[in-house]
Amino acid sequence: MTAANITVSETPLVLYTLRRADDALILGHRLSEWCGRAPMLEEDMALANTGLDLLGQARELYSYAAKVEGRGNDEDKFAYLRDVRQYRNLLLLEQPNGDFARTIVRQFFYATFADLYWRAMMRSTDPTLAAIAAKSEKESAYHVRHSSEWIIRLGDGTEESHRRAQVAIDELWAFTGEMFSVDDSERGLIDAGIAVDPAPLRPPWLKTISGVVDEATLVLPNNDWMQQGGRSGRHSEHLGHLLSELQSMQRSFPGSTW
Amino acid sequence: MYTQALNSSDGEDRHVEDAARAAQFQARIDAEERIEPNDWMPPAYRKTLTRQISQHAHSEIVGMLPEGNWITRAPSLRRKAALLAKVQDECGHGLYLYAAAETLGSSREELVDAMLAGKAKYSSIFNYPTLTWADIGTIGWLVDGAAIMNQIPLCRCSYGPYARAMIRVCKEESFHQRQGFEIMLTLCRGTDEQKAMAQDALNRWWWPVLMMFGPPDQASQHSDTSTKWKIKRFSNDELRQKFVDATVPQAQFLGLTIPDPAMKQNEAGNWEYSAIDWEEFKQVLAGNGPCNRDRMAARRKAHEDGAWVREAAMAYAAKRRQRAALQAAE
Amino acid sequence: MATPNIPLWEVFIRSRNGLAHKHVGSLHATDATLALQAARDIYTRRGEGLSIWVVPSNAITASDPSEKGMMFEPAESKIYRHPTFYDVPEEVGHM
Repeated sequence: MTAANITVSETPLVLYTLRRADDALILGHRLSEWCGRAPMLEEDMALANTGLDLLGQARELYSYAAKVEGRGNDEDKFAYLRDVRQYRNLLLLEQPNGDFARTIVRQFFYATFADLYWRAMMRSTDPTLAAIAAKSEKESAYHVRHSSEWIIRLGDGTEESHRRAQVAIDELWAFTGEMFSVDDSERGLIDAGIAVDPAPLRPPWLKTISGVVDEATLVLPNNDWMQQGGRSGRHSEHLGHLLSELQSMQRSFPGSTW
Repeated sequence: MYTQALNSSDGEDRHVEDAARAAQFQARIDAEERIEPNDWMPPAYRKTLTRQISQHAHSEIVGMLPEGNWITRAPSLRRKAALLAKVQDECGHGLYLYAAAETLGSSREELVDAMLAGKAKYSSIFNYPTLTWADIGTIGWLVDGAAIMNQIPLCRCSYGPYARAMIRVCKEESFHQRQGFEIMLTLCRGTDEQKAMAQDALNRWWWPVLMMFGPPDQASQHSDTSTKWKIKRFSNDELRQKFVDATVPQAQFLGLTIPDPAMKQNEAGNWEYSAIDWEEFKQVLAGNGPCNRDRMAARRKAHEDGAWVREAAMAYAAKRRQRAALQAAE
Repeated sequence: MATPNIPLWEVFIRSRNGLAHKHVGSLHATDATLALQAARDIYTRRGEGLSIWVVPSNAITASDPSEKGMMFEPAESKIYRHPTFYDVPEEVGHM
């Protein structure tokens, strides 16, 4: 055994499943970085719960990808033995935690999308994906609740918290478009009823986001430029550092069981 | 847990130690009655408990750091989820314990401020670094194992809120030690390199873990009154011996060697260990352990970085109350 | 500078339908919404509950332990309120 990258045969369904698994793992990992560092003990508990939900989703999705691929890969090989170019997560989710405002805004943008997305995916013709969607939807719904309550408090709290929340929204906004884009590989799955088209989810997403942001006395940017690339492995520089930490044991001790 | 608000009505007279009350109090303790927050208690009982419970709470919170050091590097997703859940549990335990301490009349903020100012202690063990993944296994197996030895008798402590918090903590911690032992077992059944990693971790943690039970009985300054008040039910040395006796067969099962070549089993079946380096313990408590400064810096940073968030939530709550009052007035 | 105090809340959980809410612990939160969320995140991580109440700790009015005598002892002598006070021959069976 070596610690070299695995090869993945990215059929549309494997690729689709890995993309969602990577989303959950990378965001779950980011949230786990908060452990022991949150603004109060109560929030340390909350961020860890959200992280654990996402890690759970990642593990189920990786296991399913392994089963569909059928080449002897497993959840850990997918997580620990693919490099930056092989990761397929949204750019938004690999963005560093920054301050609490940035973490909450990232969570709020994604969870609001994920909740709509998983709810729609409950009707997938693929029973495994439909079951994962049903579980993930309930988790995401709570993540939306938790993050939006904080958006409101940060936005409508003090001058400083308002400023920090607004900066976070402005800086993360360009990463939200990627959630709604579809490539050819996914188009076929959508046509077959296995995946859902995320594009029609944007209006209801925007409605929820705008409502909360408005209540928080914050504003959404006018800038419509949207950054893309995560789905095809063109990431920000941040992901490499995240992976070098995440994968350090598996890379240093090839083939060992832990 | 009860509330600090309930205690705020304590009049001066309640703190005046009078012999009759003290005798009555001791009689209740001797009859195995539980003391509850609003009951009269000798000021020294209140002070001792506040110190002990808050130190225990600080230990849980500082204790998140050495293990938290490996969450982002856990070698499998299964281990990562278990470790995050475990460290999160420790946060919860700190939270329950602060609440128990608060029933005695100090706020969590006061207690935390005292810790951040370096005026309050926490368990010496968390001032040692976690250098390899085997340290995570060893902490679960030995540090949690030692903590459980300490905590199980505390479930019967005379102070109700502390005893109830400990029951909850012990229930939740039951997976922690197993989690650590499983990591050790996997290492010991793994490659030579993994086994060496496990042995190295045991070598580094063994003595500091024995120190966790506190100074030897003849030197312990708090033991007498704590025993009289049934806060403490076993002495430091008794618990330490119990721990060693339970651990030796586990180490043998793992195929690891306890770093105490002179250790031997006596006729009563107890494992007699060599002298503990109490000078090292003293130094670590005095702030000179390998990680004391890092731990305090990490806690202070979290506290300071979070200040604006706590202020924002307070400000929002105040605004909301104001708006509600305005609406009611209209 | 001393850290300002964030209000304390008491948490009550119904572990399953048919049972009353039971006091499980406390937490700190700046308002009721955050208190409820925190209660969920802290006290139901192992599937302990189906319903949560949070109550500001300072909203609880408690009896004074020093009045225990007048509050509770008078009830102790009313033994005729308990079924064991009454003699019913064994052959009558369960009553």
